[in-house]
Amino acid sequence: MKNLTKWLSKNLIRIYAFFAFTYLFIPVLYTFVFSFNDSRKTNLIWKGFTLDKWKNPCGAPDICSALGNSFVIGFTATAISTVLGTLIAFALGRYRFKGRSATNLLIFLPMATPEIVLGASLLTMFVNLGINTSILTAIIAHVMFCISFVVVTVKARVASLDPRLEQAAMDLYANEWQTFRRVTLPLVAPGIAAAALLAFSLSFDDFIITNFTAGTVNTFPRFVYVSAGRGIPAQANVIGSAMFFLALFIVVAAQIVSSRRKAKI
Amino acid sequence: MAAFRGASAKVFGLKDNKSALPYLLLIPGLLWLAIFFIVPIFSLGQMSTKVPGADIGEFVQEYRFSNYIDAFNSSKEQFLRSFLYGLLATIIALAIAYPLAYAIAFKSGKWKNILLVLVVAPFFVSFLLRTIAWKQILGEEGPVVSVLRTLNIISVNTSITSSAFAVVTGLAYNFLPFMTLPLYASLERIDPRTLEAAGDLYANGFTTFRKVTLPLSMPGVVAGTLLTFIPAAGDYINATILGSPSNKMLGNVIEARFFKIVDYPAAAALSFTLMAAILILITIYTKRTGTEELV
Repeated sequence: MKNLTKWLSKNLIRIYAFFAFTYLFIPVLYTFVFSFNDSRKTNLIWKGFTLDKWKNPCGAPDICSALGNSFVIGFTATAISTVLGTLIAFALGRYRFKGRSATNLLIFLPMATPEIVLGASLLTMFVNLGINTSILTAIIAHVMFCISFVVVTVKARVASLDPRLEQAAMDLYANEWQTFRRVTLPLVAPGIAAAALLAFSLSFDDFIITNFTAGTVNTFPRFVYVSAGRGIPAQANVIGSAMFFLALFIVVAAQIVSSRRKAKI
Repeated sequence: MAAFRGASAKVFGLKDNKSALPYLLLIPGLLWLAIFFIVPIFSLGQMSTKVPGADIGEFVQEYRFSNYIDAFNSSKEQFLRSFLYGLLATIIALAIAYPLAYAIAFKSGKWKNILLVLVVAPFFVSFLLRTIAWKQILGEEGPVVSVLRTLNIISVNTSITSSAFAVVTGLAYNFLPFMTLPLYASLERIDPRTLEAAGDLYANGFTTFRKVTLPLSMPGVVAGTLLTFIPAAGDYINATILGSPSNKMLGNVIEARFFKIVDYPAAAALSFTLMAAILILITIYTKRTGTEELV
């Protein structure tokens, strides 16, 4: 008994962490299990196991066109925001210049503003200018809210670089461009990749800002939200689970690659 | 501490640059933020003092600042509820995330990277799907309610969903990684030797935590609570899916004013008030820490 209490108090934090992880994964597990449900329109009650929904994920009306739009918005917004954000991150992580704190503030403010205010303000501007909201305005909005997150992620990586590596390259007669291309960029690349993944997942998952800026363009989160009222088809669970495994695969693969690279060095 | 920072600043120092290079790097991104963040906030401000014109969806500028008073008075309840729910969700998320981040930072050994991936992994499943999953798990036909009813813990008339409890726990769940990751980042930076030193100086576990670990992790606590509170207070998805009409938050009111009632000025006034209130709170809260640490 005494041993048990001792063991418990020693491992209390691990037990707590275990329960926290269980809590985190309950909805994921539920979503995954119900992607195999042999349901018709609604997916509320377990009706039996089937692989039909995985074989035919586009079986529910409109689901794949919505998914396609989410990918178009996600990829475009990720590409643009990663480039713009990385440039800012290099300026902030490297140089002391006039207007530095104003720049920091401008990066911080969009993150400190609730999504509904970002969405509402963009819609107001588009209405004022007589611009019809479309997939283009949605992309513009997504780039805007992704930039700050890219800056924060890449800047951390730039700031943690050891400047002596670049000095070494310069000592070996590399010019500034060669140093950047051969030394700095490869070292910062994992940070840029992480930022792009973050930007894509923020964009792909966004509902509130999209709802204000995408006009009638359907996206995957919008599809889920609209069908929530009358029951979500199990195909939505298939797509949600597939995205989960895809993202997990990318992250784990990246971890393995980076630990191998470290082992080489 | 300050001396240590000074030394590291010398090694990893910022370059003084008199050329135009840093500005060239900044221009494209900052221009995007100026046009699609700053200008829209001004449009919102302009819209908030307009009055309805002759046609539906047409508004005339009359500088009617009492729009703010009217909008606030008509949705005082939702306004207070947004801040209360946001605060409660932040406290719950902190209570869940702090021990979790602590366990990953100090007790996980070689599992550290895998556990970090697992913290973020659930959030690759769409936010809406997860919220709806909670609704079905805790809902009338879900397993939790039927078990609790069979055991007579809750009565037949009691539900878990459509309640403030469901909305607050939904908010806490959905923004949990925003709390866990900054906490982990600041805990991981603590040198375990400082904790050993505290032990050598006869501090017990609790004293070590209170006097050493907690103060050193404060930047993570500040960043995490802000990153959780801001989206939680502005959210309306959890209130829509997990709540009842009596749990409506400010986001629900703004959304309805925009899309159902087409009362843009009132919606703009409410959005502006929400943003101002949150910015004032952040300024008070981060007065001592500053925002350089957050960005």
